[in-house]
Amino acid sequence: MKKKNKFIKGKAADLPKNLFSGFVVSLIALPLGLGLALASEAPPISGIIAAVVGGTLVALLGGSNVTITGPGNGLVIVLLSAITTLGKGDLYQGYLFTLAAIVISGIIMVIMGFAKMGRLADFFPASAIEGMLAAIGLGILSKQFHIMIGNMEAQGSIVSLLGDIPASFIQLFSEPSQGSIMAAAIGIISLLILFGYPKLRNPYFHLLPAPMWILILSIGISYTYDLLKIPYPLENGFLLSLPDDVMASLAFPDFGKVLQTDFILAVLAITLIASIESLLSIKAVDKLDPKNRRSNVNKDLKALGFATTVSGFLGGLNVVTVIARSSVNVNNGATDRSANLFHATFLLAFVLLFQEQLRKIPLAALAAILVYTGYKLATPNTFKKVARIGREQLLIFLATLLGTLFTNLITGITIGILTTFLIHVVVNRSLSLFLSHLIKPNILMFKESDGDNYYISVKYFCSFLNFYRLKNKLDAIPGKSDVVLDFSLCNFVDDTVMEGLESYRETFKKKGGSLELIGLDKHETDSAHPFALRKILPFGALKPIENYFTSRQRGLEATAGDYHWIYNPAKQTDASFMSGFIFFRTREIRYFYNRIAEPGQQMSVFDLEFTEGAFIAREVIKTTAMHIELDHKIPVFTLDKEGLLQMLYGMAGFKDIDIDHHPDFNKRFYLSGEDDTQIRSMFTDPLVLFLESNPYYHVESNGHSLLIMKKERLLGVQEIKQMIYFGQQLRNLLQQAD
Amino acid sequence: MQYLSFKRILFGFAFSPNLEVNILETIRLAHFFKARLVLLHVGDKTESKQRKIEEILDRGEYSDVQVDIHWREGAPIPVITGACGELDIDLLILGALQHENLYQFYVGSIARKLTRKVNCSVMLLIKPTLERVPCQHVVVNGLDAPDTPLTIGTAFYAATVLGAKQLTIVEEIRQKDIHVTVEDDRSLKRANIVKERLKHREEYRVRNLLKELPANITSDIQVKNQSIFGRRGYSIGHYAEVVRADLLVMNAPDSTRLIDRVFTHDIEYILSDLPTDLLIVRNKA
Repeated sequence: MKKKNKFIKGKAADLPKNLFSGFVVSLIALPLGLGLALASEAPPISGIIAAVVGGTLVALLGGSNVTITGPGNGLVIVLLSAITTLGKGDLYQGYLFTLAAIVISGIIMVIMGFAKMGRLADFFPASAIEGMLAAIGLGILSKQFHIMIGNMEAQGSIVSLLGDIPASFIQLFSEPSQGSIMAAAIGIISLLILFGYPKLRNPYFHLLPAPMWILILSIGISYTYDLLKIPYPLENGFLLSLPDDVMASLAFPDFGKVLQTDFILAVLAITLIASIESLLSIKAVDKLDPKNRRSNVNKDLKALGFATTVSGFLGGLNVVTVIARSSVNVNNGATDRSANLFHATFLLAFVLLFQEQLRKIPLAALAAILVYTGYKLATPNTFKKVARIGREQLLIFLATLLGTLFTNLITGITIGILTTFLIHVVVNRSLSLFLSHLIKPNILMFKESDGDNYYISVKYFCSFLNFYRLKNKLDAIPGKSDVVLDFSLCNFVDDTVMEGLESYRETFKKKGGSLELIGLDKHETDSAHPFALRKILPFGALKPIENYFTSRQRGLEATAGDYHWIYNPAKQTDASFMSGFIFFRTREIRYFYNRIAEPGQQMSVFDLEFTEGAFIAREVIKTTAMHIELDHKIPVFTLDKEGLLQMLYGMAGFKDIDIDHHPDFNKRFYLSGEDDTQIRSMFTDPLVLFLESNPYYHVESNGHSLLIMKKERLLGVQEIKQMIYFGQQLRNLLQQAD
Repeated sequence: MQYLSFKRILFGFAFSPNLEVNILETIRLAHFFKARLVLLHVGDKTESKQRKIEEILDRGEYSDVQVDIHWREGAPIPVITGACGELDIDLLILGALQHENLYQFYVGSIARKLTRKVNCSVMLLIKPTLERVPCQHVVVNGLDAPDTPLTIGTAFYAATVLGAKQLTIVEEIRQKDIHVTVEDDRSLKRANIVKERLKHREEYRVRNLLKELPANITSDIQVKNQSIFGRRGYSIGHYAEVVRADLLVMNAPDSTRLIDRVFTHDIEYILSDLPTDLLIVRNKA
C-alpha cells in the first residue's frame, strides 16, 4: 500500500511536466491531424478523432511510456488509395468503406498483439524500409505541392502528380485568380517558415512550434482582412471545412464491401503499414526515453488496435505511434503516458472551442506543412545516407522506392525484400547458405562461468531473415550486463543486423552494460560505413585489413589513444618475439594483427591467429594475447587455473610447484616450471595475493618476457582494458620484487 | 551399470581415400578402450583389397589390439545392423561428413541411417588422423532424462581412457520452461529470476548424478557445469564448436520418425552439422 502511495506521488510530481509537454504536442498534432486527413482525402476532422481517441485509449491501456499516438504519415498513401479505389470516384462513400477497413485492421492488430507479433517489424530489411518511407514522403509531397500553390484540381498517380508540378506553376501565372494567388502566397510563405524555423535562433519565436505559427499567422491574416473590412480573397474552397457540429455529425463505417478483394487488400495494406510504422516508432522512442524503459510492444499493439477500431467506428483514421510528435514530447519533458492523454485532451478542447477559427485555416497552409513532412521523409540526405552504407543498399532502396511509386506499398515492400535477398545471394555466390540454414537455430548464448559476461556466438549467416533470433537472445539479457557477440563462425552479416546491433549497443551503454562485437575483423566489405554488410573472406590473408575498421577496431584505436599507445591494425607475420613460450611450441603462429603497444614496444596487446594440430585435425584459432618484455631475467614458468584452458603441458622436467603457506593459491592455480627454488622465491606474498584477488589469466614466462592470455577467443575492448591493467600491475610487482 | 565400457568395437570400412586414417584411428580407440576390433567390409573380397588392408594393419602402432576382419556382401545398412547384433558389438564406429548439404539432410547418408538403426552405441568420427591428437575436452549433455546418468558415466569413462583433462556437462534448458516472455523491464527481471532458479535446480541434479559415479573414472578430470538457455540439441553442438571440444557425448534419441527429420529436433541438429567427434550412448539391453 505504501509503495503504491509513493508511486502515485511520483506520478503526481511529474504531472505538470507531462501537462506541459502534452500541450506542446497538441499544438503540432492539431495542424498535422487536419493535414494528414486532408492528404488522405478524408474529412479533416477524422485525423483529429484518431488523435483524440488514440491519445486517450493508448495512454490508458498501452505498454509504452513516452510515445504519442494519432494519425500517421505512413498511412496517408494507403488510406488515399483505399478511399479512391473503394469509393470508385465518390470520395465520401470511399471514406465510409475505408472506415470499415480501419475497424477491421484494428481488430487484426489486437489479435497480433495477443499473438505476440511485436516482432513483425524485424523482418524488413533496413534499406527497404527507408525506400518505403521515401516513397510515402514523395506520395504526400506530390499531391500537396499542388494544393500549396493554389491548384486544387490536380489528380492522378504519384508519378504523374510529381511531373505536373511545373504545369501547376505555369497555370498559377498564366491564368491567375485572386484566390489561387493568395493561396500560393500563404503556402509558399508557410513553407519558408518551416524551412527557416530550425535556423532561426530566436527564443520567443521558438515558444510555439512552426506548424502552430503557420496556423496562427494564416488565421490572423483572415481576421486582419475582416478588421479592415476588405473581402477575404480565399473562398470556402480554399479553406478548411469542418462540420457545423463536430460532436453530432460523426461518420459511421459502411461494411458493405467486406468480402470484396479490393477491400481485403486495403485492410491488409492498412494493417501492415500501421503496425510497421507503430513498431518502428516505439523502438525509436524507447531510445529517447530519459528513464531508459523498455516498452511492451505487444501490449502497445493491442492498445493501438483497440484504439483504431474505436476511432474507425467514430469516423476517425488509424491510430499509430508517431515518431516526430513523440520526440517533441520527450524534448518537452514528458515522463509517462499521461502526456499522451493530455495531448488528446487539449486537442479535443481546441476543436470544440475554436471551431470558428479553424474554419479560417487556408488549405494551402496545411499543404505546406505536409509538403515539408513529405520532404523530410525523402530528403536527398536519405539517398546519400543509404548510398554510403553500400552501393547495393542504394539498389535495394531505389527498387523499393520505384516499386512503391509505380505500383503500391505492398508490392513495393515485397520488391524490396526480394531484391535484398537476391543481392545477399549474389554477394555470397551461394543460395544454399541461406536455404539450408534458414530454419535452423543459429545462435548460442550462455553466461560465462567466470564472471558475469554473456557470450553469444552466431553461426552460418545473420541477416534480416533471421535477425529476430539474435534479437530474442539480446532482449533476454539485462541491460546492465556485458555482452560479447562473436561472429567468427558466421559467414555473412547484413546491414540490417549491423544497424540493429548499433542500436542495441547504445541501449546497453545507456543502461550501464556493454555490447561488443568480435570476430568481424576478417569479414570483407565494400564500403567503410559501419553498417556495411560483411561476408567472410575466402582468401582473407591477401587483403589489407586496415581499410575498413570494425567498431571493435575503432575501440582499440581509442584505447590506444587513452594510454598514449600506438595502434597498428595491419597483419604482421614476424612473431619471433613470441618464440620460447611453451604454449607456442606445439602451435604455429600464422600472424598477429590489431596490435596496440607502448611507445617503447615493451608492453603490447594483439590479436593472434595460430594453428593447432596438423593436417586434417588442424584448427585455426584466434585469440587476444598480451606480451610484456621485462627488464631483467626471471625463471621460466607457466601459471594456470586448473582445467580452464587446455594449456597444461606434460613437458619433460616440468613439475607442479606448490608455494609454501598459500594452500588456497596452490589449490586454485597450477604453477609449473623447471627451476622450483627460483620460482618459489619469485612468487612472493604480494604477488600471490595479487594473483588470487584478480580475475584469472593464463600467465607464462620464457625467461625474459611474459605472455598473458585470457580466453581462446578474441577479447572485447573492455576485456582488453582489464587485461592491460592486470599486465601493468603484474609488471610493477615483478619489478618491485627485483 | 554406471557406464558402458566398450569391449567389442565394429568399424565398417570402405576403400575410400580415407581408409588408412580411419583404420589407424579406430585401432587407436580400440587400444584405449582395451577392446576387440572387428573390421567389416560390405562388398566382395578380392586379393588386392585384402593385401591393402593387411598393409595398413601392419603399419598400426598398437599391436595389443586384436583385430578380426569380416567380409560380407549385401546392402550396407542391413548387413552392418545385423552384424552389430550377431557379433555382440558394443560400439559402432563410423566415418562421417562434417557438414551435410540439403540433399544429404533429407535423403540421409549411410552413417546417419545407421546411427538410428543399430542397437548399440555409435561413434561418428569427423577428423580421424594418422598421428594421435590427444583428446582434451569432452562435452556431455546433462538433460533431465532416464538415459542421462549412463551417458554421463560413459562420458567420464571415455574421458579417462582417452586422457582428456576436462569434461563439461551442458544442461540445455528450454525456453518454454521459463514460462515468462520478455516483453518489458518487469518481465525481463522475472525471466532472469526464473532462469537462475532453473539453473540451480539443474546444477543440483547433475551434482547428485556425479556423486553416484565411481572415483576411478572421475578423479583425474576437471568438471564444469554450463547451463544454456536455448534450443535443445542445437545449443550443445554449437557450444562444443565454440569451446572446441574434441568429443561430444549425447543420449541416444528415443525414436526417430520421418516427422522428426522434417521438424528438426534434438540430435538431428548435431547430426546435420557435426561440430566434433560424436559419441551416442545407447544401452544394448
